[in-house]
Amino acid sequence: MSARDVGRSIVTDPIDTTAPLLEVRNLVVQYSKNAPPAVDDVSFTIARGETLGLVGESGSGKTTIGKAILGLQPVTSGQILFEGVDITRAKPAQRRRLHGDLRAVFQDPFSSLNPRRPIGDAIAEPLRVAGVPSPERRMRVADVLESVGLPRTAGERYPRQFSGGQRQRIAIARALVTDPRLVVCDEAVSALDLSTQAQVLNLLADLRAGADLGYLFIAHDMAVVEFLAQRVVVLYRGKVMEQGPADEVMRNPANPYTRVLMAASPVPDPDEQARRREEWRRMRTEWRQETGVIATPV
Amino acid sequence: MTVSTTNIVRVKRTARVNLRVLRSPAAVISIVWLVGLVIASVTGPLQQDLTAVLQGPSAAHLLGTDELGRDLLSRIVTAAAPTLLIALIAPIVAVLITTPLTLWAARRARTESVMSRISEIVLSLPGMVIILAAIAAVGTNMPAIMAIFGVLLFGALYRVFIGQAMSLHKQLYVEAAAVDGVKPMAASLRHVLPNMSTTVIVQFVLLFGAAIGVQAGLAFIGLGPQPPEPTWGGMIQAASRFIFQQPWMMIPTGGVLALTIIAANTLADVLSGGTAMPPPLISLRRRKRRAAADAATPESADATVAAAASTVEHEPSTGGLVVRDLVLGVDDGPDLVTGVSFTVEPGTVMGLVGESGCGKSVTSHAILGLLTPGLSVRSGAIEWDGVDLAAASESAMKRVRGHEIAFISQEPTRALDPMFTVGSQLTSAIRRLRGVSKREARDVAEQLLVDVGIIDPPRVMKSYPHQISGGMAQRVAIGLALAGTPRLLIADEPTTALDVTVQAEILGLLRNLVAERDMAIVLVTHDLGVVADICDQVSVMYAGQLVETGSVRDVLVAPEHPYTMALLAADPHAAVQLTGATHLASIPGQVPAPAEWPSGCRFAERCRFAQEECRSAVPLEPRADGVGQVRCIRRDEVRGRQEEWCQPVTSGGAS
Repeated sequence: MSARDVGRSIVTDPIDTTAPLLEVRNLVVQYSKNAPPAVDDVSFTIARGETLGLVGESGSGKTTIGKAILGLQPVTSGQILFEGVDITRAKPAQRRRLHGDLRAVFQDPFSSLNPRRPIGDAIAEPLRVAGVPSPERRMRVADVLESVGLPRTAGERYPRQFSGGQRQRIAIARALVTDPRLVVCDEAVSALDLSTQAQVLNLLADLRAGADLGYLFIAHDMAVVEFLAQRVVVLYRGKVMEQGPADEVMRNPANPYTRVLMAASPVPDPDEQARRREEWRRMRTEWRQETGVIATPV
Repeated sequence: MTVSTTNIVRVKRTARVNLRVLRSPAAVISIVWLVGLVIASVTGPLQQDLTAVLQGPSAAHLLGTDELGRDLLSRIVTAAAPTLLIALIAPIVAVLITTPLTLWAARRARTESVMSRISEIVLSLPGMVIILAAIAAVGTNMPAIMAIFGVLLFGALYRVFIGQAMSLHKQLYVEAAAVDGVKPMAASLRHVLPNMSTTVIVQFVLLFGAAIGVQAGLAFIGLGPQPPEPTWGGMIQAASRFIFQQPWMMIPTGGVLALTIIAANTLADVLSGGTAMPPPLISLRRRKRRAAADAATPESADATVAAAASTVEHEPSTGGLVVRDLVLGVDDGPDLVTGVSFTVEPGTVMGLVGESGCGKSVTSHAILGLLTPGLSVRSGAIEWDGVDLAAASESAMKRVRGHEIAFISQEPTRALDPMFTVGSQLTSAIRRLRGVSKREARDVAEQLLVDVGIIDPPRVMKSYPHQISGGMAQRVAIGLALAGTPRLLIADEPTTALDVTVQAEILGLLRNLVAERDMAIVLVTHDLGVVADICDQVSVMYAGQLVETGSVRDVLVAPEHPYTMALLAADPHAAVQLTGATHLASIPGQVPAPAEWPSGCRFAERCRFAQEECRSAVPLEPRADGVGQVRCIRRDEVRGRQEEWCQPVTSGGAS
């Protein structure tokens, strides 16, 4: 990662180093005027180099928040500040001025790569946009492929020549090639086998070590977030249920919904799992009675 | 996630379309016909012999002559080049107008709705009237007429393109390009257009054929190039005038027009590469071939006898499933699954566990006789009710599939047809499988939806698959699987695509079904938590073979095979106490591809306990504790050492 200043050298706008890396203020997203908001008054911050876990079941709005931050989803109200700069409604040209500081890894390793282009092309795309000359692009693609544990020459190959886990490594390489400050990982490991999940999570942890790199780690499974995140935000139907330091939330969840969510992940021990299952049922019934949530089977 | 592990061959994508065209005789003939016509047209002479009018085919005039004694062959050929080249104008204009507009509209909902209205207006214009009006205005300037025709094609072409462009725009790699900072139009050109190129080319060729037809039609009514200039339409018109004197004239003139349009359509067909029909996921023909091959080989008779003998010896189970020494392979390729055996008793759940590429999904598909084309059962038996499904005929399979053994997949939405409502799919399945009246089927369908935990069946019955959530779709898919009251359910990663909350609910539903209906389930999964939750028996597969089997308690609590231990250690849910750990346990490397399996222990490459002795073949042996088997030569030494997998592995590089 020696060439980290290529895009950066032309930056003249001062970066407010005291501001958090990312700040989301009272974010509201509505898909249509009459629909209930998919994201309802959500606020959180991510400090430099910090990893924030965003957890919730499907329909909780976690992916929508990620998309809003990346500018892929129009925001109804609220603000998103990246390094102190308001990017809530930034145009593509303004986003390009972020110089690849804000990047993403998507869930599906199969549709996140264009099947018709060699993976080196996909990885080099942000560099091409930034006007990095071709020989240097090749060098950086090879470097970043090596850093995610793939051969330096893998850039010439096509997506279908890689397994799911390898494709997710490629997606991570694409996110990291610009040496970003924040990577939004939207369910980045949920489509993978558990053993491959562990490999990719370890890779994300290794890449973060010693670098000025933070993740917004979006997942539906608490256990997956636990390893990587320093802080956690728990969402339910677009609203923040609980947020706080990861180990605290995990060890002593304040919100009953967090407890229900945690009990839902199955553990690989039949007797312990039978106990957890009963506990999950009981807590969920209680929680539903307390909050008046109608039991809509999903 | 199911990854097609059989796709080992490297194919150069760019060359694929060309190769496909050149391999197809129909396409080659079409190209030769079209190009040949143009070449012949440029070189062919025009002959006239006033002494021989309205003649049939002869040596002097191969296709006969017309009313003025002109050689038909030479006239047809001479007319070809202008006709074909001018006909190209229409599709060129149509594609040049429609493609950029489509790419632009696909990005913005508002633009798209405006474009849709415009395309509807263009579609509603009476094309022929406009063309005739244009001829009245500009005269019979055929290139200009074709350009106008091309503009009129926008309406129809836009409809074809926009659907595909919009779905490509939803692909994650287009979003990724947006995150990369690629300008929207550049992203469309780099990522959307190349992926719809086949559609564009196919439409181009189809419209080319249509343009030839329109030209001929105009010439027929006398609005083409004026006589004596030869035109196909004009010749057909002449032929129709003399149809009673010389009916033959109609044959070469009409025939060449028909053949040319057919050539264009054939080419389009081959170019589309059968995308009009999605490639079959499963092959039903395969089964017959194998049955026939078995009958042909003499030793198979002995094998059947031996199998029958072993059935007796195995104590015929009470209506359960017995898989014995199943070997699956790629035709002309390596084996994918070698010697897998297991038994599933009624009312129990058997978990088939392993990483992607271990052959667990293929095994489950083989039970239903639904293997991907190119895969086949090489040997072994799948016994169900005393019948060997591996050798059963397709008609015998039809009596079993759906009725007795049903299937649910990872992607519930793939089990449901997007074109029909949930209700109509359920009722048609129930009518087919139970042979009841439509009315009765509706009642059964509603009851099934209640059984799978759907609260408002009437509303769900009226919904289309895209209108319901993933969890609801999986419930409906399970309901659909229950339509034939099966006694065995094959569930291929039924909860992998769902979040943990919905997963817990679906597992609860399956557990109830087992208890209430005494149904058996073969559950394919990579998640040991799911196994712990619902399974009674477990078979752990690695690289196409069983490495450990036994009761769920034995296998998960006291694993004897290093691979099972490694899987357990890599489960993030198991590592509850590991707060502050810098690394999750993981298994270095990947499952080897079927062609690269070593002759010894297939897991040795990635195993932290592997030694030299592991390089020789390892048999399945009885477990040390409990009922079941283990395939590890060092199992007595490694037993109880699963904690070691939580330490980083020193040997073997993680790839």
